[in-house]
Amino acid sequence: MDKRLRAIAVLLVSALLLLVGVPLLLSGWLLFLLTVASAKALAVLGIVLLLRGKLLTFGHALYYATGAYAAGMAVRYLGVHEALVLLALALVAGVAMGALLGLLVARYRAVYFALLNLAFSMVLYGMLLKLYNVTGGTDGIGIGEPTLAGFRLGGNALRIAMYELSVILTAVLVYFTHRFFVSPLGYTLRAIRDNEVRVEYMGVSVWRAVYVSYIIAGALGAVSGCLIALSVGHITPDLAFWSQSGEFVFVAILGGTGSVLAPVIGSVLFEAVRNYAFELSPYTWQMTLGIVLLLIIFFLPGGVWSLTAYLPRRSSR
Amino acid sequence: MSWYAKISALIALSGFCVLSAGTSAAPVAGAPSELKIGVVAFLSGPASGPFGIPSRNAAEVWIDKINREGGIGGVKVVPVFTDEAGPADKVVTEFRRLALDEKVSAVMGYISSANCLAVPPVADELKILTILSDCGTDRVFEEGKHAYVFRTNSHTVIDGVGAARYVLTIKPDVKTIAGIDQDYAWGRDSWEVFKRSMQKLKPDVEVVDALWPKIFAGEYSAEISKLLVEKPDVIFTSFWGGDLVTFSGQAKARGLLEQSTVVVNNTGADLKDLAPGMLIGSRGPNGIVSPDMAKNPLRKEFIALYKQKYGLAANDYIAHGAYHYVQALQGLKAAYEKAIKTAGRWPTTEEVAAAFTHSEFDTPSGRVAMGIGGGHQAIQPAGYGIIKFDSALGVNTFTRIEMFPARCVNPPDGMKSLEWIDKGFPGAQC
Amino acid sequence: MRLLLVVGLDGLAYASWLFLVSAGLTFTYGVLRVLNLAHGNLYALGAYLGATFVMRYAATGSTPALTYALLLLAAVIIGITVGPLIERLFLRRVYSRDEEVQLLLTFSISLILEDVVKLTWGVSPIFAELPYTFLGRVRLGGINYAWYPFLLTAVALAVGGLLWLVVTRTRLGKVLTSVITDREVSLTLGINVPRVYTLAFAAGAVLAALGGALTAPMFSLVPGVGAEVLVTSFAVVAIGGLGSIGGAALGALLVGLARSAAVYFFPELDLFAIYLIMAAVLAFRPQGFFGEVEVRRI
Repeated sequence: MDKRLRAIAVLLVSALLLLVGVPLLLSGWLLFLLTVASAKALAVLGIVLLLRGKLLTFGHALYYATGAYAAGMAVRYLGVHEALVLLALALVAGVAMGALLGLLVARYRAVYFALLNLAFSMVLYGMLLKLYNVTGGTDGIGIGEPTLAGFRLGGNALRIAMYELSVILTAVLVYFTHRFFVSPLGYTLRAIRDNEVRVEYMGVSVWRAVYVSYIIAGALGAVSGCLIALSVGHITPDLAFWSQSGEFVFVAILGGTGSVLAPVIGSVLFEAVRNYAFELSPYTWQMTLGIVLLLIIFFLPGGVWSLTAYLPRRSSR
Repeated sequence: MSWYAKISALIALSGFCVLSAGTSAAPVAGAPSELKIGVVAFLSGPASGPFGIPSRNAAEVWIDKINREGGIGGVKVVPVFTDEAGPADKVVTEFRRLALDEKVSAVMGYISSANCLAVPPVADELKILTILSDCGTDRVFEEGKHAYVFRTNSHTVIDGVGAARYVLTIKPDVKTIAGIDQDYAWGRDSWEVFKRSMQKLKPDVEVVDALWPKIFAGEYSAEISKLLVEKPDVIFTSFWGGDLVTFSGQAKARGLLEQSTVVVNNTGADLKDLAPGMLIGSRGPNGIVSPDMAKNPLRKEFIALYKQKYGLAANDYIAHGAYHYVQALQGLKAAYEKAIKTAGRWPTTEEVAAAFTHSEFDTPSGRVAMGIGGGHQAIQPAGYGIIKFDSALGVNTFTRIEMFPARCVNPPDGMKSLEWIDKGFPGAQC
Repeated sequence: MRLLLVVGLDGLAYASWLFLVSAGLTFTYGVLRVLNLAHGNLYALGAYLGATFVMRYAATGSTPALTYALLLLAAVIIGITVGPLIERLFLRRVYSRDEEVQLLLTFSISLILEDVVKLTWGVSPIFAELPYTFLGRVRLGGINYAWYPFLLTAVALAVGGLLWLVVTRTRLGKVLTSVITDREVSLTLGINVPRVYTLAFAAGAVLAALGGALTAPMFSLVPGVGAEVLVTSFAVVAIGGLGSIGGAALGALLVGLARSAAVYFFPELDLFAIYLIMAAVLAFRPQGFFGEVEVRRI
């Protein structure tokens, strides 16, 4: 079969499976799990994007919380309930925050980059917690049931709609990130990882590449946060806490950094493992998670995605 | 079969029915084989010691007792324990897992105020009976209606109003007050309720300071120094857990307790770790009770059961979370039994919810009435006492115990708590 | 005037504590170039073991003066057992891999240790007060202070001084400096670098555990105490410069005084004084006060 036709066929079948098959076949809880995993995968995607330039951030929860609270404030003070509007607002907030902080952060590398992001995310956490009368502090903000493109759905229909929204948005953004990776800017980012001094000598602006990448990663994080806000229905300052950032990094390594699809796989796997850890050993779930991570680090250094290397591959003869 | 054989079989059969009806509760028509209940509490993190683990243990022993006595409506209760830890998305995911995967008939628990605000909309969506069992925020029913959600313990307003009234009982000529609270929503709410109550009950009292250390900071030397300099008559704190124990130890060592009276609105720590002389509340008649209330047979039974499985200090003190979780189970049981009686068969969730609304039931903490929040929110009296070291028993106990009646420290149905305080407690029956 | 004295004393007390809990983290980074995320758990282990020793000892009713030695003993035990265990069994295998992987390794160990502590010591708060109350109070600036935090100041100075002495005046110190500066050249010079790494990690672990053990009499210990300390240590170490002991001291002093001032003059800022300083310092000087700027090799 023609390669292009085959690709379209694969796309159609997976779309059918994901968008129609899954909601019909899976239980409501698994559907919710996949909705959350898919939403969080976007934040992890942001981390993977930055890792392509060897930029590890410990503060990505900053953007996650920015997106969620942009939506939350709109719900609380502007009375907005339309999901698409909230997503757009979150995107704008993420880009704005990234553009602002990136001016400072894009100059730094390695552990300093990580720590500066951490510092900013903890400052946001402190502010969200402190400004109790504005943000609701640790009690958080209730998001309520969003409308989707004007349609007011309820109960199970809303859950399915949220799932579809999450999956479609994730698919679109994953594709967008893939295009970014194969674009000149994406390759510049990879070159920066290998040796940024040489990139500078070639006449390409390293700072600009890092700055733009940072903004895109931030935007991904913000959309992720907004999706979570819409699906879960309640947001708290914990969304900005460093352990949330740590979780994103964990999932990035768990999934692997080798492909744009890896964060999605990693995210789904992480949600599943964490839930079963809770179910099987609610008293020692942290230890279970830690052991799993250790096993991945030692036996699957490329993350779960590296297992795809073992898939039978059509050899080109 | 011959006529004789048929009659004998009929007599034997009816005899058997009579006998079995007498010995075991005949299951109600339409009853499930077991009643699964999700029990959520903090099993990890700083809240697990003072609240989560005692609550979970109490639920376990009480469910065992309920099952020994025939279960609810003749059906055995099976608990599904899970950890409340994690951010809101984790908590909501767990809730959905309990409801949709474990297929529990009801979910009880939740200690953190944030979770008590995140879960109700989901409970309404999934139409799952949810009993909030320990959290304090008054917002749950003051800012929304939830048909399937109930809270069987009083909310935090009784802590603050009770503290104010108790302070005025012990120190009627108090002139200056200060607050030191953990900087988070519940800390802010607690201080606000106490401060406003004091200002209403004694308008000439002066607030000299309000300190806001980070929660779990652990290090209070600067705050204690400032309080030593300012010398307020009364210091209010809503600290709990490790923070309260640390504050108590450091304050005692530096002599703060000799200068000022410290009132703790809601003890979330074991008595043995706290300094004598502090005024302590317990969000209801839980660890602190008048001698009359101590005679409550359900209370004695609970303490005996808990002691048998988990051991207790000589003062028989159990954390209030434990009492609250038992209350939730009592409320649930009463609602189910009432609904079964009304319907004549195993009831639907809506029928149980209807039975729960405005119900009253007996608990180890006395009779609990679902009196406000449209019949979804319980009201309880507030108990306060002063810690004193009992040299005979060798442990801390209480003295000068005061119980403020439920209608004295709770707002009336339909009125928001802060509004009620600001208006001067209209309708309060003290 | 008196107020300034009080603010200064409280700032000093808090700074001493900050330095003691952060020294181990910066030292480990300085030598191994690994940010040990299990630092908070080593602190917790030292604290819990120290508390256990003190409480067992206190039950015997003997003289409280020995409890200080017990705390030190607990720290050393944790440091020389858990430290080398982590380094040899786990960390050593990932030196050749990316920084992120090393961080994740220490993170996963931190998750495991968190539950190990919970399983061993339970969830109820543990407060081994005796060493704290035994030293009694002193009247300074018109109010009562406990002596104990100033003992920490003395220990902090001693630790700082000792580290400085070892690094600058002893042969071991020269070996350490050599390894810090250039690992490969040190190998070629015949230095047993793997052994130095294990030793340095163990020393960092002892410091972390010491911070915990000495803190146990002051604060009540609950699950999660390690995580709180980790973030605080991060901030102090980042401000002072990763790898610099002097930097950690300066960072601790800055944060201690700032927080103390905040409590007196701006109580609302108490919560995030530390993060604001961290963000401010890193924004202008990303390597912290005394951190080194890494020269990128082509």
